[in-house]
Amino acid sequence: MAFQSVESLLLAARDAPVWQVVLEDDCRDRGSEREESWARMAGLWSAMQSAAADYDPARRSPSGLSGGNAARLEGPGPGLCGPFVREIIAAAVRNGECNACMRRIVAAPTAGASGVLPAVLLPLQRRDVLPDEVIVQALYVAAGFGQVIATRASIAGAEGGCQAEVGSASAMAAAALVHIMGGTGEQMAHACAIALSNTLGLVCDPVAGLVEVPCVNRNVMGAVNALSCAELALSGIKSAIPCDEVIDAMRAVGDAMPAALRETGNGGLAATPTGRRIAESM
Amino acid sequence: MNIFDIMGPVMVGPSSSHTAGAARIGLITRRLLGVQPVAAQLLLHGSFAATGAGHGTDRALVAGLLGMGPDDPRLPASFELAQEAGLSLELGKTVLRGVHPNTVLLRVTAPDGRALEVVASSLGGGRVKVCSIDGLEASFTGDLPTLIIRNEDRPGHVAEVANLLSHHGVNIAAMQLYRDRRGGLAVMVIESDQPIPAALVDWLRRCPGIVRVVYLNMGEES
Repeated sequence: MAFQSVESLLLAARDAPVWQVVLEDDCRDRGSEREESWARMAGLWSAMQSAAADYDPARRSPSGLSGGNAARLEGPGPGLCGPFVREIIAAAVRNGECNACMRRIVAAPTAGASGVLPAVLLPLQRRDVLPDEVIVQALYVAAGFGQVIATRASIAGAEGGCQAEVGSASAMAAAALVHIMGGTGEQMAHACAIALSNTLGLVCDPVAGLVEVPCVNRNVMGAVNALSCAELALSGIKSAIPCDEVIDAMRAVGDAMPAALRETGNGGLAATPTGRRIAESM
Repeated sequence: MNIFDIMGPVMVGPSSSHTAGAARIGLITRRLLGVQPVAAQLLLHGSFAATGAGHGTDRALVAGLLGMGPDDPRLPASFELAQEAGLSLELGKTVLRGVHPNTVLLRVTAPDGRALEVVASSLGGGRVKVCSIDGLEASFTGDLPTLIIRNEDRPGHVAEVANLLSHHGVNIAAMQLYRDRRGGLAVMVIESDQPIPAALVDWLRRCPGIVRVVYLNMGEES
């Protein structure tokens, strides 16, 4: 049975790590063994690694709108972000472009938002030389928080706008980062709540209805937001609004969003003169 | 939703609904036909028709018909692979009534000339639903072993099938009944917790009054 609230997830995690509570709940839920569940999650992590390694800057999406930008982010760059953040930005673009170019990726929680988690996890594993085991644990943390978001609100752009896709991915990634850095369950909840608060109201307005503009670059925002929110929570900064209430607010905002801003390709950037011109040229 | 509905699936991009779901619909259709088709007509409806080309919906459907899953890296090359495999394709658009925006109508033909018509929808996150088979209503996801039985609309068939399943230790998870008209053709859609033995499926095919039996088990290779 999925956790209905972050509060109940943290309550269950009083005597065990959050990732372990999520894993055990999955075993009960699907009637599976620990080994099977772990192997499946580890398989998703290895698929995220393969997707990044598979990147080819020469590839273009069928529409011609995406491809090649991650290569521009290689090397030292203008020196504004520092190498770690620059690598996160590059990893998000790389995954987004792989997705747009019909390569194999891991929906997390969706294909459109699939760049956020690998974008923070891959560079961090490299920098801190972390074992895969810690990253797989972090994916359980992300999945646990994501499950509450999906249960109380939504992870579909057609229902809740981009806040439900990149916003959810960012909140899941923020909680995962707190785990990796040795933070507490409460800190994970604050990181998740702040990340979701920061993306509240984000609309889903894909140009020509395609998962390309603005989706690829929004994954960058989701990844960097996750990083900052984990940093806030790990520094002891709390979300004034409890995580569950932020998730409920996200749902209410999604319900209030007009259909034009929920993945129909009829509002926002998709409805600009240039957005419409691109759609007509397809 | 379990945690692997949140994290995953591994899939070829760009869209879980328009690409991964479409591949799964193609694969279910192939399994329902029981063999790789030699001809396929794909008619896209709604959002599938509007943005399908940019999402590779058409290529994903064909990949599924060729037996590929949503994570098969050969998916983008499915049109070329279909040509090599002798599967002739006709692609178009249609308008269907009262269906999900991401819906497709597939008409496929087996090498022996048998035809099958499937209407199916992609619900998001790669999850799909078959809405009708050969014009008769049905509603199933393919997540569980599924038995689709077409029979004459007379008393006794439902009891007979349920009895046979229970004797083989098969637990029914969900069961739906439809018919085109009183005394006409009826359809039973049975989703079960256990796979259904091949011998039982053959037995059902020979029962008087049962017109057609299709067995779908997406967990098995075929």
